[in-house]
Amino acid sequence: MSSNKKYWKSVEELNENSSIVETLKQNEFVEEIPTDEFLGDKDTLESSSTTRRDFLKYVGFSTAAASLAACEGPVIKSIPYVVQPEEIIPGVANYYATTIANGFDFASVLVKTREGRPIKIENNSMAVANGSANARVNASVLGLYDSLRVQGPMRGQEAISWTELDNAVMQKLEALKGSGKDIVLLTQTFASPSTSKLISEFKEKYGNVRHVVYDAVSESAALDAYQAKYGERALANYDFSKAMTIVSVGADFLGDWQGGGFDSGYAKNKVPNHGKMSRHIQFESNMSLTGANADKRVPLTPTQQKIALAKLYSYVVGGSVSGDLPEALDKAVRQAASQLKKAGSNGVVVTGLQDVNAQTVVLEINEALKAKAFDITSPIQTRQGNDKAVNALVADMKAGKVGALIMSGVNPLYTLPNASDFAEGLKNENLTSVCFSMKADETASVATYIAAAPHYLESWGDVEMKKGHFALTQPTIRPLFDTKQFQDALLKWTGKEESFHDYIKQNWKTSIVSGGSFNKALHDGVFVAGSSFGGANAGSSTTTEITSKLNDKKDRTWVGGIIHDAAVGVGIKEEDKDSYTTTSTTTSNVGTLSGVSTPSGGDAARALAASAKTSELELTLYTKTGMGDGQQANNPWLQEFPDPITRTTWDNYLTMSAQDAKKFGVKNWHVATGGLNSSLVELTVNGITEVVPVIIQPGQAVGSLGMSFGFGRKNGLKEEMQTGKNAFPFYQNFNTVQSNVSLKVIPGEHEFACVQLHNTLMGRGDIIKETTLEIFNTKDKSHFNAIPVVSYNHEEIPVTSKDADLWDEFDRSIGHHFNLSIDLNACTGCGACVIACHAENNVPVVGKEEIRRSRDMHWLRIDRYYSSEESFAGDNEKKDNISGLSSSLSEFGELEQASDNPQVAFQPVMCQHCNHAPCETVCPVAATSHGRQGQNHMAYNRCVGTRYCANNCPYKVRRFNWFLYNGNDEFDYHMNDDLGRMVLNPDVVVRSRGVMEKCSMCIQMTQKTILDAKRDGREIKDGEFQTACSAACSSGAMVFGDINDKDSKVAELLEDKRMYHLLEHVGTKPNVQYHTKVRNTTEA
Amino acid sequence: MKKPYQSLEVNSTNNMKQVIHRKLSATIFRLSLVILLTFSMTLSAQEGDPAKGKSLFNANCAACHKLDKKMTGPALRNVEQRLSDDEGLDRDWLSAWIRNSSGVIKSGDAYANKIYNEFGGAAMTAFPQLSDEDISNILAYTAEEAKAPAAAATTQVGATQASGSGDSVSNKLILGALAVLFALLAFALILVNKTLRKFAEAKGVDIETEDKSVPLWKAFAQNQFLVLVTVIFFLLASAYFVYGYLSQVGVDQGYQPVQPIHFSHKIHAGDNGIDCKYCHSSARVSKTSGIPSLNVCMNCHKSVYEYTGETTAEYTKEFYDGEIQKLYAAAGWNDADQKYSGTPQPVKWVRIHNLPDFAYFNHSQHVTVAGLECQTCHGPVEEMEIVSQHAPLTMGWCINCHRETNVKVKDNAYYTKIHEELSKKYGVEQLTAAQMGGLECGKCHY
Repeated sequence: MSSNKKYWKSVEELNENSSIVETLKQNEFVEEIPTDEFLGDKDTLESSSTTRRDFLKYVGFSTAAASLAACEGPVIKSIPYVVQPEEIIPGVANYYATTIANGFDFASVLVKTREGRPIKIENNSMAVANGSANARVNASVLGLYDSLRVQGPMRGQEAISWTELDNAVMQKLEALKGSGKDIVLLTQTFASPSTSKLISEFKEKYGNVRHVVYDAVSESAALDAYQAKYGERALANYDFSKAMTIVSVGADFLGDWQGGGFDSGYAKNKVPNHGKMSRHIQFESNMSLTGANADKRVPLTPTQQKIALAKLYSYVVGGSVSGDLPEALDKAVRQAASQLKKAGSNGVVVTGLQDVNAQTVVLEINEALKAKAFDITSPIQTRQGNDKAVNALVADMKAGKVGALIMSGVNPLYTLPNASDFAEGLKNENLTSVCFSMKADETASVATYIAAAPHYLESWGDVEMKKGHFALTQPTIRPLFDTKQFQDALLKWTGKEESFHDYIKQNWKTSIVSGGSFNKALHDGVFVAGSSFGGANAGSSTTTEITSKLNDKKDRTWVGGIIHDAAVGVGIKEEDKDSYTTTSTTTSNVGTLSGVSTPSGGDAARALAASAKTSELELTLYTKTGMGDGQQANNPWLQEFPDPITRTTWDNYLTMSAQDAKKFGVKNWHVATGGLNSSLVELTVNGITEVVPVIIQPGQAVGSLGMSFGFGRKNGLKEEMQTGKNAFPFYQNFNTVQSNVSLKVIPGEHEFACVQLHNTLMGRGDIIKETTLEIFNTKDKSHFNAIPVVSYNHEEIPVTSKDADLWDEFDRSIGHHFNLSIDLNACTGCGACVIACHAENNVPVVGKEEIRRSRDMHWLRIDRYYSSEESFAGDNEKKDNISGLSSSLSEFGELEQASDNPQVAFQPVMCQHCNHAPCETVCPVAATSHGRQGQNHMAYNRCVGTRYCANNCPYKVRRFNWFLYNGNDEFDYHMNDDLGRMVLNPDVVVRSRGVMEKCSMCIQMTQKTILDAKRDGREIKDGEFQTACSAACSSGAMVFGDINDKDSKVAELLEDKRMYHLLEHVGTKPNVQYHTKVRNTTEA
Repeated sequence: MKKPYQSLEVNSTNNMKQVIHRKLSATIFRLSLVILLTFSMTLSAQEGDPAKGKSLFNANCAACHKLDKKMTGPALRNVEQRLSDDEGLDRDWLSAWIRNSSGVIKSGDAYANKIYNEFGGAAMTAFPQLSDEDISNILAYTAEEAKAPAAAATTQVGATQASGSGDSVSNKLILGALAVLFALLAFALILVNKTLRKFAEAKGVDIETEDKSVPLWKAFAQNQFLVLVTVIFFLLASAYFVYGYLSQVGVDQGYQPVQPIHFSHKIHAGDNGIDCKYCHSSARVSKTSGIPSLNVCMNCHKSVYEYTGETTAEYTKEFYDGEIQKLYAAAGWNDADQKYSGTPQPVKWVRIHNLPDFAYFNHSQHVTVAGLECQTCHGPVEEMEIVSQHAPLTMGWCINCHRETNVKVKDNAYYTKIHEELSKKYGVEQLTAAQMGGLECGKCHY
């Protein structure tokens, strides 16, 4: 049975004696609203200088003045083009394919432009390489219209011209020629063939040039391991659509692990298909997005993860490793290993541990499994940072060995753990530093020159995301400011007159498209070179070709799914190790890597297993889905984007397990408005101390802590966006796991702005349905997706039957009838849809204070529910548990305690567009009404703001405009400055104060699709209808379409046995379908 | 009108100079040629028909040439004569040029290349289809003496003015005569009254004085019922008018702002019959009809540099020509050099039809899909000298139209199925926009 599970949203709800929960069930607020304090105080009222008569006078006067002012209409000017560009028709959107490559996010996208303004980022369906647009990429368009952008080149605080800057820099570079001092290019990962070529030409001209690639969040360990094994500095590519068993040890691969973009492949096998779906086992310490999606999640500390991985290696590949794991964990590892072995080449292992040994072990396991999902023919190029080179640079800078430092796409003073050393080096008066930056950020503001850089939507560029998979960046708008991109400046400094556009074109024509059409590649945005490995960039002088030959595979034979030589007990023999022949190394990195020795898998595993816990607590640093590495910190959409797990906006924090919280005396509590408060702790990591708030995170491994990067930035940010605490100073040795951690609670409290935690479920736990694969495969629908019944003439009838209906059904069989289908299995909770909805529908940002008062405006929210396996009847997990050794029972029981390791489910909720909508019947002015096409309309200009509709909505999806967010200095977000307003969608009205708003099912998009068809005089094909969220969903969880078109996918989904409607027993007949979440709990 | 002549003069003196600098040996040769050409020209003048030539000229040449003004190509008044006088080029050269100018240029002909370069390296379109007779007709037309059109225009205007004032004079006369007549009548009545009173006095008849009973206002004030009814009446009436007043707030029907350039839709859409969508082309595909960009204006106004149509006292030819000059200034077009200066001044038109932001309206839905005439909503724009807002643009107005208008479903595959099913359901032959769902809130408000 499915619905016996107890769902809960916050830890508070688990406390059965909680008065807060009881109060919230009855009242809107936890505490009485202090109206009496105000109204009952006669003295205060009487001492007011405004008498009743005065008040009435003011009211009368302002009413009269307002009506008089309204009588005169404004004169509106229309200014047409002088010469209208041929491709622009006012009122019609143009789309351009381009690519974001900001060093952290890499994705091929389509940019929607209106009247020459980019207004929205969409997925480029032609891009087969990884990297569909995530939430940050969707939000990146707003960065273009950031009012704090640097508007021209500057020397310190003084604005200068590009000629001045160019001359000064070129003079300096010439002077440094042969001076013994280095010219250093410190850049983000460009992964750009043309930029690499350009840099090598720059090197040729000046000689003493060093190019250091720096990733704020480093994947250096994985790169080193891969390079050692395969001779190429890249990352293995994983195609999870080819994996049926996925074991992840600390890899948040649905987040930003190794560049991200794996979610669409992962989601493909998460949907039960002919009784089969993938099984995902996650070993991790923080509750990550990936762990939340796992079929089985095992919380364990980072040190335990290392041992677990070593053991996994020994179980799968062979060899014995030492290392102690609690019995329960060891069992979980054994189960995972046996499942992997059973899956054979359908299994895959990944890890996020920043440890060369761990990464090597994973490569070995995948090799041994011959994992289909493991792809080394087209490795990922989007992380190339080299920690050692960065450290060497900092040392050289301090020693005064660097004469010129040219930075692009990096902010080391914010992201470097040893930022003070870097700052010291930067202060050296013989060092000229040029920082290409869009902002006067921490680094740019102290650099000698700020070279104002354009946004990627104003730039040219090319990217090789995966080997052989190329993408182009093209400008979608003329530069808004006096900016110049790094590559254009570099061309100039190399003494070339051409632009980077010409340079790319030339380079592509000669070495990439080779005979193909550059224009076609530009139109598509992507280009895939011939499928053969190595031939991808044949002839390209950008990255010198590397050929890895894998030999000596013959000794390892695959028998019955077990590695033959595993029995030998030493893992892979030294002489068996893959030998590779490297014809040359990459040119873009300094060759400090030659020193990396290649440990064999067995050695690596043993080294891993030897890792011991050095302190009571271990800290795992991670990146949030919303903020990433923090380069978009001035983006209000992302600041207000709720974290998928903690549902917290505008903040970062320390996550801690409930046990540890009890131990240290850390508390979380709700206050009158429903807002969450927490204690403050003083966190000390390797001697660096910071005061941080704490969120008690269910599922956090005991003895581990988590904290996210990307917050705590100060420079180049609006005051409102300077949120959270910077975690980069803790990032010693570029290792996301830090062990020398201590903390103590200090007085004071912190106010969080969380969504979803303000109210309770009101006992409607059946809002989400889930089941196990076993039940789904063996039982019929009534077992896992029963339709609620009501009594009618003393007979039980399903609520969906006609007799149970209070209302007459409206005939919707003619024309279109839209339905949105949401598959809870495929939904990973990534939140791309949330930002896409913001961009498409001009949803305002309300700020931290308002969110805390539960006045968030998200039309689309992704609810996160925790559930405990305790009450999950028929749960195999529990059976296993009981059959286990009695000695392990206590430990295992501990592992499975309600809030210690909950299961997580995500449920996107937007207006359900009920056919029997409760909101429509209570509106006194008929501002909300129903259309024949199934959409619940909202006429904003008719709304008088009674909010009856919001109160009567069982799904709580209606949002009230408490303020005029687009013209109020209190809300200094993008809608309040002329630049930020350029992102607004001109087809959707910007709502005013006092008006209710909600999801419209993107009626502007459906109407446009219909109109286009009418104009062409044709019928509409399935798939043409889209909403912003369904178009943004790369995992295929959201499908939109017309159910009156019987051949459409959404009509087929309507008949699916997993299909249910939210709160079906209420009888609202929604037009949004949900598909029961199925978990694959089958142990091997 | 003077300007073109001036430029012509300048041209010819320039040519003269060049001629003077030529070698003496050529002079004799030229002399003989001149004689020959004069002969041939007189011949052609005799054989060509200027009337036919005019129509041919308008059909083939007028896009780039004017008689008295340099345009895309040179001014063509007396072109044959000038060529033979100044350049010594004969009819054969001209014919060759007309039929295949690029051929002549390629042959290396000096004058051909000079002209080619002077006019920006754009070769003249070849007209191989023109016969010798056609060419002689055209040349005959170009050889006609220039008329004095300005004078003619003035007389015309004068005439209309005269006739106009004549009308008003007669009206005043009639009115005056009537007034005098009424005055006489009144005077006669007073006289009669006086005389009758005198008679009565003389005969001793008492004239009844007015009744001394309660005055009417007092009687009214005493009748409470009447007061109540009146008060209610006045209240209702004022409510009616207040309501009427308030509901026109924000309705700008008849809004007729002064535009930065006096653009006459009457001349363009009416007199010249230009299709609305030639300029407002985005109405076919976009939500906005689009205010034409200045390059669209310049498509025609590169050659239409003066107004030649009907004029009135208010809107004279000078006025209209001045407005065209404003356009040139805005587009950065130098009419004398036939070149763009590159410093345009975008025109800030005053928007007339302002729908509120919360109402979504799409032109292409109405223009392309429904096939409505622009005039349905915008009124007889082709008769408007200054455009004003014809329709109230209120929601009631939209809705009424949606209720009354049938959906145009013919030859539109999108509608085939839905129209068949819906019309069956409603039991009608033709569905209105309202029945198709055109009254739903969300169709216009989102």
